[in-house]
Amino acid sequence: MVFVKAFVIGGLICAAVQILMEKTKLMPGRIMVLLVCSGVVLGAVGLYEPILEFAGAGASVPLLGFGNVLWKGIKQAVDESGFLGLFKGGFTACAVGVSSALIFGYISSWIFKPHMKKK
Amino acid sequence: MIRDVEKRNKNYNAYVEQVTPKASCLKNCIKAFITGGAICLFGQILIELFKNAGMAKDEASLWTTICLVLASNILTGLNIYPLITTWGGAGSLVPITGFANSVAAPAIEYKAEGEVFGIGCKIFTIAGPVILYGIFSSWIAGLLYLLAKLWM
Amino acid sequence: MQKGSQSFKFDIPVYIEQTASVVGEKESEGPLGRMFDVVIKDPMSGKDNWEQAESALQEAVVDKLLMKTSYKKEQIRYILSGDLLGQLIATSFGISKYEIPHFGIYGACSTFGEALSLGALIISAGAADRLICMASSHFASAEKQFRFPLEYGNQRPKASTWTVTGSGAAVITNERQPVAITGITTGKIIDYGVKDSMNMGACMAPAAADLIVANFKDFDTDEKYYDRIITGDLGTVGREILINLVKEKGYDISQIHMDCGIEIFDPQKQGTHAGGSGCGCSAVVFSSYIIDNVRDGKWKRILFIPTGALLSTVSYNEGQSVPGIAHGVIVEHV
Repeated sequence: MVFVKAFVIGGLICAAVQILMEKTKLMPGRIMVLLVCSGVVLGAVGLYEPILEFAGAGASVPLLGFGNVLWKGIKQAVDESGFLGLFKGGFTACAVGVSSALIFGYISSWIFKPHMKKK
Repeated sequence: MIRDVEKRNKNYNAYVEQVTPKASCLKNCIKAFITGGAICLFGQILIELFKNAGMAKDEASLWTTICLVLASNILTGLNIYPLITTWGGAGSLVPITGFANSVAAPAIEYKAEGEVFGIGCKIFTIAGPVILYGIFSSWIAGLLYLLAKLWM
Repeated sequence: MQKGSQSFKFDIPVYIEQTASVVGEKESEGPLGRMFDVVIKDPMSGKDNWEQAESALQEAVVDKLLMKTSYKKEQIRYILSGDLLGQLIATSFGISKYEIPHFGIYGACSTFGEALSLGALIISAGAADRLICMASSHFASAEKQFRFPLEYGNQRPKASTWTVTGSGAAVITNERQPVAITGITTGKIIDYGVKDSMNMGACMAPAAADLIVANFKDFDTDEKYYDRIITGDLGTVGREILINLVKEKGYDISQIHMDCGIEIFDPQKQGTHAGGSGCGCSAVVFSSYIIDNVRDGKWKRILFIPTGALLSTVSYNEGQSVPGIAHGVIVEHV
């Protein structure tokens, strides 16, 4: 059951973003920024956590989940260290995602060569 | 005179809108649904596997992130990820794998321009804004939360 | 002789002696594939990066041209060439080894038309006996400069075009040949306020329409004067708009209009959507398919109009529209 939920909710989020892209002609970079910021907002107003509970990876894998993680991190840091937490929480929360992307991305540049597009 | 030009441009843009062929939105949404759903499903499978190995939920989810990013990097390097996105659109753009793709792609492409000004700078061309605005918006949200806490 | 407001008729004819074309693998698999002189299957042309790969195309096309004409490089007075990359680096690094006096020109995808126009003027002024006009583009270097790294996934809209990997070149001269440039019409920068850089056909169609109408007026003629009117890279969307815009002015070119971008690819099989684009598109199609038909006398007189979209990533990010330009060259079988 968890698998079905993950597939459906994750798929729905992607389909909704596809509609947004078709209607607004927004470039992918802008879409990604929009998703992360929306994730922060949805997390802050308490809407994202229930979705996450329900859908598991269906809600944590999309970039909205990344925004939600940022929010959770900053909230925890503020709770623990007050004002200073504002400058700690964000990067702590996204450390794994960003670090893995940067490290693997950099290693990829050693291994792989640029390719021509076929289609 | 300037009015005329504006009017002409407005009419022309409306006309262009009318004659420009559009991809079928429904078809693309279904493709995005399948692609995005499949990636999330793969993520869920990984989470369950890590959980079965005895990890707590949060830890399992972090390891899943690492695995997805790694998989995306390999597919990017083999030039398969762009093909998935050509078909699946937002379906492979929205998940964390899309973010990883946006980091790996410029790293591979700009290697020719050097370690520092090539890879070093350009690795952030697409992902940099995501990090910046993610951090900034969470900072704002945290600030509001802090103020609310002090107020209460 | 100057004609009308923006045209020139050559009283002393200028001739196209020989042409050469070099293309990449995808272009060689298209409908015109067999007509190109050289096919370079390796997209990187054996070099280290895309910019050098494009330079290699220019190098190869000059090589082929010199071989076909058996001229030595010293016998070429000038070379007029350009590409799409910033500061024309594909050209600079591509032709430096030939040590031929060089004019670097930029007209976005209309560069080949600009080269032919200026080249013909130089010949007719007596400033040279023989020179090369040339342009190139490369899918990967263009994509990297104007859009995204190639490994980055994105969906291309239906109206988008595919940058042609290729380089075309022509030797023009004052010695009599069966193909002549008899007139030119130089385009103005036309901006109808289109901001969608993924719909270049719509950005450039007004410039092409303006040029065609100006050509008819300047030479006091109409569409019946030509066997073909051939635009550079409007694609299917731009073609439809062009025919409508010209119709509004009272001319029907639907029967004689062709577009190099539409001819070069098969959109169904090759996934190129609206057609081919880039400086190389009009250059390679002219240097193969078009020139053959004019030389054989199948087409007696054509109006060749490479079209260009004058944008950069900076102007685009700053919210500017995408202006278009077109350069008309009248080519005749004589």
